[in-house]
Amino acid sequence: LSFPEAATLKPACCGTTLPRSPCSSLQFTLLLIRGCHTAAIFSPQSLSLSAYSSSPLTRARSGNPEHELNERLKHLYPAVNEEETPLPRSWSPKDKYSYIGLSQNNLRVHYKGHGKNHKDAASVRATHPIPAACGIYYFEVKIVSKGRDGYMGIGLSAQGVNMNRLPGWDKHSYGYHGDDGHSFCSSGTGQPYGPTFTTGDVIGCCVNLINNTCFYTKNGISLGRVLISFYTLYQPNLYPTVGLQTPGEIVDANFGQQPFVFDIEDYMSEWRAKIHGMIARFPIGERLGEWQVVLQNMVSSYLVHHGYCATATAFARATETLIQEDQTSIKNRQRIQKLVLAGRVGEAIEATQQLYPTLLEHNPNLLFMLKCRQFVEMVNGTDSEVCCLSVRSPKSQDSYPGSPGLTPRHAAGNAHLHAAGADSPTCSNGVTPPAKSKSHGFTGGVKYASVSSSSASASSSTSSSPSSVNYSESNSSDSTKSQPHSANSTQETSDSEMDVEAEHYTNGVVEGSSARIMNGTYKHEEILQPDDNSIGNGVTNDSCSNGRQLCGGNQAATERMIQFGRELQMLNEQLCREYGKNTTHKKMLQDAFSLLAYSDPWNCPVGQQLDPTQRESLCSALNSAILVSQNLPKQPPLMLALGQATECVQLMARVRSGSCSFARVDNFLH
Amino acid sequence: MACLLEAPLRISVLSEVTATSRHYVDRLFDPDPQKVLQGVIDMKNAVIGNNKQKANLIVLGAVPRLLYLLQQSSSSPELRTECAVVLGSLAMGTENNIKSLVDCHIIPALLQGLLCPDLIFIEACLRCLRTVFISPVTPVQLLYTDPTVIPHLMSLLSRSQRTQEYITQIFSHCCKTPEHQTVLFSHGAIQNIAPLLIYHSYKVRMQALKCFSVLAYENTQVSMTLVNVLVEGELLSQVFVRMMQRDQPIEMQLTAAKCLTYMCRAGAIRTDDSCVVLKALPCLVRMCSKEHLLEERVEGAETLAYLMEPDVELQRIASTTDHLVAMLADYFKYPSSVSAINDIKRLDHDLKHAHELRQAAFKLYASLGSNDEDIRKKITETENMMDRIVSGLSESSIKVRLAAVRCLHSLSRSVQQLRTSFHDHAVWKPLMKLLQNAPDEVLVMASSTLCNLLLEFSPSKEPILESGVIELLCGLTQSDSPALRVNGIWALMNMAFQADQKVKVEIVRSLGTEQLFRLLSDPDSNVLMKTLGLLRNLLSTRTHIDQIMSSHGKQIMQAVTLILEAEHSIEVKEQTLCILANIADGNAAKELIMTNDDMLQKIKHYMGHSNVKLQLAATFCISNLIWNEEDVQAVVNSDCAHKGSQERQDKLREMGFVDVLHKLTQASDPNLCDRAKTAMQQYLA
Repeated sequence: LSFPEAATLKPACCGTTLPRSPCSSLQFTLLLIRGCHTAAIFSPQSLSLSAYSSSPLTRARSGNPEHELNERLKHLYPAVNEEETPLPRSWSPKDKYSYIGLSQNNLRVHYKGHGKNHKDAASVRATHPIPAACGIYYFEVKIVSKGRDGYMGIGLSAQGVNMNRLPGWDKHSYGYHGDDGHSFCSSGTGQPYGPTFTTGDVIGCCVNLINNTCFYTKNGISLGRVLISFYTLYQPNLYPTVGLQTPGEIVDANFGQQPFVFDIEDYMSEWRAKIHGMIARFPIGERLGEWQVVLQNMVSSYLVHHGYCATATAFARATETLIQEDQTSIKNRQRIQKLVLAGRVGEAIEATQQLYPTLLEHNPNLLFMLKCRQFVEMVNGTDSEVCCLSVRSPKSQDSYPGSPGLTPRHAAGNAHLHAAGADSPTCSNGVTPPAKSKSHGFTGGVKYASVSSSSASASSSTSSSPSSVNYSESNSSDSTKSQPHSANSTQETSDSEMDVEAEHYTNGVVEGSSARIMNGTYKHEEILQPDDNSIGNGVTNDSCSNGRQLCGGNQAATERMIQFGRELQMLNEQLCREYGKNTTHKKMLQDAFSLLAYSDPWNCPVGQQLDPTQRESLCSALNSAILVSQNLPKQPPLMLALGQATECVQLMARVRSGSCSFARVDNFLH
Repeated sequence: MACLLEAPLRISVLSEVTATSRHYVDRLFDPDPQKVLQGVIDMKNAVIGNNKQKANLIVLGAVPRLLYLLQQSSSSPELRTECAVVLGSLAMGTENNIKSLVDCHIIPALLQGLLCPDLIFIEACLRCLRTVFISPVTPVQLLYTDPTVIPHLMSLLSRSQRTQEYITQIFSHCCKTPEHQTVLFSHGAIQNIAPLLIYHSYKVRMQALKCFSVLAYENTQVSMTLVNVLVEGELLSQVFVRMMQRDQPIEMQLTAAKCLTYMCRAGAIRTDDSCVVLKALPCLVRMCSKEHLLEERVEGAETLAYLMEPDVELQRIASTTDHLVAMLADYFKYPSSVSAINDIKRLDHDLKHAHELRQAAFKLYASLGSNDEDIRKKITETENMMDRIVSGLSESSIKVRLAAVRCLHSLSRSVQQLRTSFHDHAVWKPLMKLLQNAPDEVLVMASSTLCNLLLEFSPSKEPILESGVIELLCGLTQSDSPALRVNGIWALMNMAFQADQKVKVEIVRSLGTEQLFRLLSDPDSNVLMKTLGLLRNLLSTRTHIDQIMSSHGKQIMQAVTLILEAEHSIEVKEQTLCILANIADGNAAKELIMTNDDMLQKIKHYMGHSNVKLQLAATFCISNLIWNEEDVQAVVNSDCAHKGSQERQDKLREMGFVDVLHKLTQASDPNLCDRAKTAMQQYLA
């Protein structure tokens, strides 16, 4: 599904310039766009596989076996990324000898050969190898029937090991055999190991990738260790395997479909405790003092990075550390970030251009991203260019002189008033009032980490004390989690005389190879005085209270948006000319324009873009760009360390070091 | 004040410590109570961590004065508390300190102090009591002399976390006998302590758990109550299972496994319950592994041995769990040669625990191998196992010797082992040596083992006989201990089975008829049974029968008559009738019965007895009497013998035995029926 070039938008844009019939022409535009929209519907985002919920495992649940299996596996092997390394769930119909028959969803194995001698042995491997990130892996097999002679072998083998054999006989294969109870470790002669097993017994096989051993169980009793050669364990593909040799032999596998007979979780808990103990007791020795300084610097630089100016200053004072960056600079960055997070991207661009004149010139990609976002925010009705048009108050229109909020000191007095009303006079936890003087009442101050209460009245009482940190579900660490809550928060809370403004902050973004870590998303609510309406706060929008409308439902705003869209399109073409085609840009533009194809953009397949949380990554990119331009690190060292640790654990999984599964970074983040 | 303190301190450094100590004691006698209090506080600071200072103060008589101050109701609460704290500190010192404190009657004084309403004072008293009671030198009984103490302690349990910790610790150390268990149980220990198992403080949970383990040990009443106790809606056994989770501290896992073990052994939990099979047993096996402390391994092995002692299924499961049999071999490797070179401290530690480790391993092997032949085979095949047992039998530590002989006994129940490894390693030698001079408990085990070694098929039988074992065993039959008497006579019985004439004569001579007949009237029925068994073995094959009967016939017949007339169990009577049947098999000996009409009447009576076994034995006896001997001794004396049998047949017919036999041929029991028919055929022959 290739996108038929953004040019389709052009006639539409032309059409909407007609002032008399914006609505009908808009419909026309939308029809045009809809044709090309299917691409977006089937974008990976909308098809993202989120089959695994993180709810705790409930054994009692018996409704959906598939669901139960997934839950159990997720619970047993939380460190495994199944998109990268899927877990075994059944026997493989492809990776087996012809004498093996499979049934019951490829879980039951039966022998269908002659079974004359050992040359008739046959094995089957599971669909997937055991991922190293399991740390400890376990599966069980129930002997349904021992058949003629009961020559069953349960164990492991690497990919490519001959399937015309029982597990254990060949190199890179291991097995416990029912007829003699011997354990075979890559050799045709077994070692006396355990009891024999037969019909009705449940045999388990556990691989411990931490200490390179495996052990078998019989009816829930561990039979003792078997060493596994280092070389075999580092084979990237060790599979659960069973082998049968005489007619009538039938076994059923349990890869987690049912609760295990052996208490594997108890075994895992021991190793988890061991590894956590190892980490906790890691010897620091003489370097205790050194570490403290490092930690203090990390915290301090983190606060500075995100512009928590007052907190950073207080912290620096208490710990007697130095702050690298100058106060004004921190505050400037903070102001810009707040603008982006509030959806006022236009103002943010201008503020950036003014404070860091060459920054965006040198970062055309960033500028483009910002502009795209600005377009989205226009649709949203939050960008100042459109929202000022939609507000009825004449004052607010006055305050829109074409370039909103250019001068920082513009309305200092006014803003100060608000701040005093909402905050404790010391403002210890936010930004000192003069810094955030903006004509659109972007006042108050970021209340560092103290704000989570979702009702306006509650926030007035808690916001002044920095200690009242109150994490609610919606603003915890995962940005995706907070989506449902925050999607409408900007719009819905302004129905009383109180004006509430919600903001979302990404506290930190680490761009590791695979994961973006958001350390926290804090929602900030600001209470303004009742008469603020008349001053014309940008977000205040009476019409919104009854339902969201495109560009706040204002015609002039819509026209402005269309015009802006055209400018954006031109910018893209210009960039293409200068730097060559950029698929990311194209996609971004496409997605942004697609919003117009729906009568209710908030509830459409690409509506996610309108979510305020989407501002976070952009905000942090802009912040990083500014910092880089000031010769400061792009990321705070704390996030770097965290990202490194996370990456390190993932690397451990890739090099098959099993302890990674019990040393996960999120076990230590609370 | 500061100046006053300065001077003596300096002297102490220069000359001797007693001078300063004297000063501390003197201050306890100051008339100003404020100064006394300050003196006690200074004393407290001076004794902390200073064993020498503690000893000095005790020698100088500080304890009686402190106790006096503690008991005076006129003393301020602070002073009384500080006194208790100082006493507690003194108790923390050496064992001698504790002895001195106990001699000064500190325990009643502190127990009295618990009646005071002041919680801080109570806690100080309890802390001191705890320290005194957990010492091995303190007589536990002192806690139980005053019957009001235990209920009062129970009521104090709920006062604070400290009272909980100290009281449960006192209980767990002072519950040593069934009487103690009963006292604590009847004062509601279970209900009061159970909630503490889920208390947030680890120390309290741990001490509560220990209490339950000592309460449940070999106590059916307590154990039966425990299984039904609910803690916040959860069964106690499940609480214990949670405490055994592998991420819990080892001490807690081990003690929880002990609790379940004791409950299981007391019959409160079935041996096939999953909390035993899948939890307690694997947990205890785990405790035996190398990665744990030596103490934990000893305790784990001993508890496991106790758990599975009576249950063969548990023995089978344990023998396959985590290679336990091989794992135990490691218990014999202390002190290891590596530690001897590298680390003196480690060597000392190893040496201290080496005996304990060895005896624990022997115990566990004994328990594992007590029933299952395959497990015994596995044990004897473990590296150097037999050598280890042999050297264990002559170790200096009596505990190790006992455990080693127990292990040997357990393995000696295997026919195969007796024939092979036992003979190869000449285990009889150290065993005989052990029997020469050992305490009773060792003797019981050793003589039991000897019984098995003297079995007919045992290749060790001959060398043992030659080493003069008969005297030794005869000596055992005169022991006061019934167990030793049984083992002695049992061994003789085994020895006499199919033995040479020489051996039999030697047994009779050595034992003496007097002793033999004394044993026939032994109050212990086991002794009686085995003595009859010995007689029966002695009276086998015709020549031996005649020989013995010719010299002891009169006494034997007398004894048999007595037993048949007295009140005895069926088994005893059966055995006696079998002896009669053996006598009837002799040539000359037959006459002893035939001439005894009374005896014949008795036999006739038992032929009509309601018990088939007795009928069978009696019929067997008659059958021997009427037997036509022509096939055996025909060559020598056929005429005479035939004549003899004809006479006997006639006499017996006269006495009505033929009718009885005839009746018995209709018997429902096939054996009896057959036997009667064979006897009847003799008449026809």
